[in-house]
Amino acid sequence: MSLTALPEAALASLGRASLAALAALGRIALYAASTLSHIVRPPFYRREFLTALLQVGWLSLPVVGLTAIFTGGALALQIYAGGQRFSAEAVVPQIVAIGMVRELGPVLVGLMIAARVTSSIAAEIATMKVTEQIDALVTLSTNPMKYLTVPRVLAGFLTVPLLVGIGDIIGIMGGFLVSTEQLGFNRASYIKNTIDFLETADVVSSLIKGAVFGFIATLIGCYYGMNSGRGAQGVGGATKNAVAAASILILAANFVLTSVMFGS
Amino acid sequence: MIELSQVTKTFGKNRVLRGINLTIPRGQSMVVIGGSGTGKSVLLKSILGLVTPDSGRITLDGVDVRETERDAFLARFGMLFQGGALFDSLKVWENVAFRLMRGHAKRPKAEAHEIAVEKLRRVGLKPETADLYPAELSGGMQKRVGLARAIAAEPEIIFFDEPTTGLDPIMSGVINELIREIVTEMGATAMTITHDMSSVRAIADQVAMLHDGLIRWTGPVAEMDTAADPYLQQFIHGRAEGPIESVR
Repeated sequence: MSLTALPEAALASLGRASLAALAALGRIALYAASTLSHIVRPPFYRREFLTALLQVGWLSLPVVGLTAIFTGGALALQIYAGGQRFSAEAVVPQIVAIGMVRELGPVLVGLMIAARVTSSIAAEIATMKVTEQIDALVTLSTNPMKYLTVPRVLAGFLTVPLLVGIGDIIGIMGGFLVSTEQLGFNRASYIKNTIDFLETADVVSSLIKGAVFGFIATLIGCYYGMNSGRGAQGVGGATKNAVAAASILILAANFVLTSVMFGS
Repeated sequence: MIELSQVTKTFGKNRVLRGINLTIPRGQSMVVIGGSGTGKSVLLKSILGLVTPDSGRITLDGVDVRETERDAFLARFGMLFQGGALFDSLKVWENVAFRLMRGHAKRPKAEAHEIAVEKLRRVGLKPETADLYPAELSGGMQKRVGLARAIAAEPEIIFFDEPTTGLDPIMSGVINELIREIVTEMGATAMTITHDMSSVRAIADQVAMLHDGLIRWTGPVAEMDTAADPYLQQFIHGRAEGPIESVR
């Protein structure tokens, strides 16, 4: 290969990868549109929805709680240490609150849901595909989109905002514990500063982000599960790709939402 | 009656079905034989609409399957999948009664449970099995549950995909007998795909041999042994030498 051909080959490779990524995004968008259209049309599978609520919401509480409390604590330590450089240690309650509610709470909960729920959904549905359970559903006159995707996506959309809300509270509590027990803050004034500083818009933005991230995490899990390759390798690939795609899309969506809600 | 006319299907560069012509008369048990990877499953899934053929026509009682109402069409079928394809998250009885608890013909839960237990009994499983999960069953029991699910709604047409694969010879014999009995007593049209010759002799009224994407031979099972087709003879006698290439 000549030296001039090398940049061309690299560009062609980059072009192919970009086209493939755009095509995948297009397919995911179509899948999302199809899911939304099925959400509003019967039949509805109540039992599958309740199971999904349990799996996505309730069973994610421990991981969300632990992530939030450690993050809140670490955030308080960082802000205190950083603030000392210009005598601004007193802003710890306000920055922990706004940092957790606007940014860290939703993003970390979203990423933990991607790790825990997206992977689980992708692996489960991919296994169902590999073992012909999806085909069996079809032959039993049951639409897999309605039976598998809709309950999970709806559960993600409804429960992840709640998880984010709980994560925000636990994260602030983590900061509170570190600040009052280790850094010498007064408890009453810490709580007062936190409440006074937070605005309704901060909380609403957090919950909106949670709903969007919940939708993305569950939708991507279902999409990659339904489109998995054959065998154990197919299931593994679907799971890995689902977690990677969900994490990237959650971070990208976070940027877009932050720009829209706080950009000005 | 199911009729396939010039059905083709290609995956990438692999031409799996190259113009299938086949008729499955009403009330008959058709067994499609052929080596692994010859497109038997694709043929069966094409009829059910799980795979969309590239060209050709498939009709059920003279009506193109693409023009039928999907739910009503599928309600006429029952299918036993190769690996059972039981739903892991549901109990055995819920698997069997899956169709009975959903859709237009939905029954009350108690009635669906009763029918499921009766179907399990029909395939030789005790009522206690009903409350187990599929993962708690042996391979043979899973096949029986799959069979019970296939017949639960008393379909007109039943498809069997490799019903004895992975089973020991005795369990294979039991499953073959069950299939024959059930198809006969229900008066159903049956289509089985297999490469197990003991299944063919136990289940079939008619046999079709699929090779290289085409139906090489079709006829009554009684004429199979005396047919002149060299592909068929090589396959049913399991010979390494013959027109079908074998990999050593």
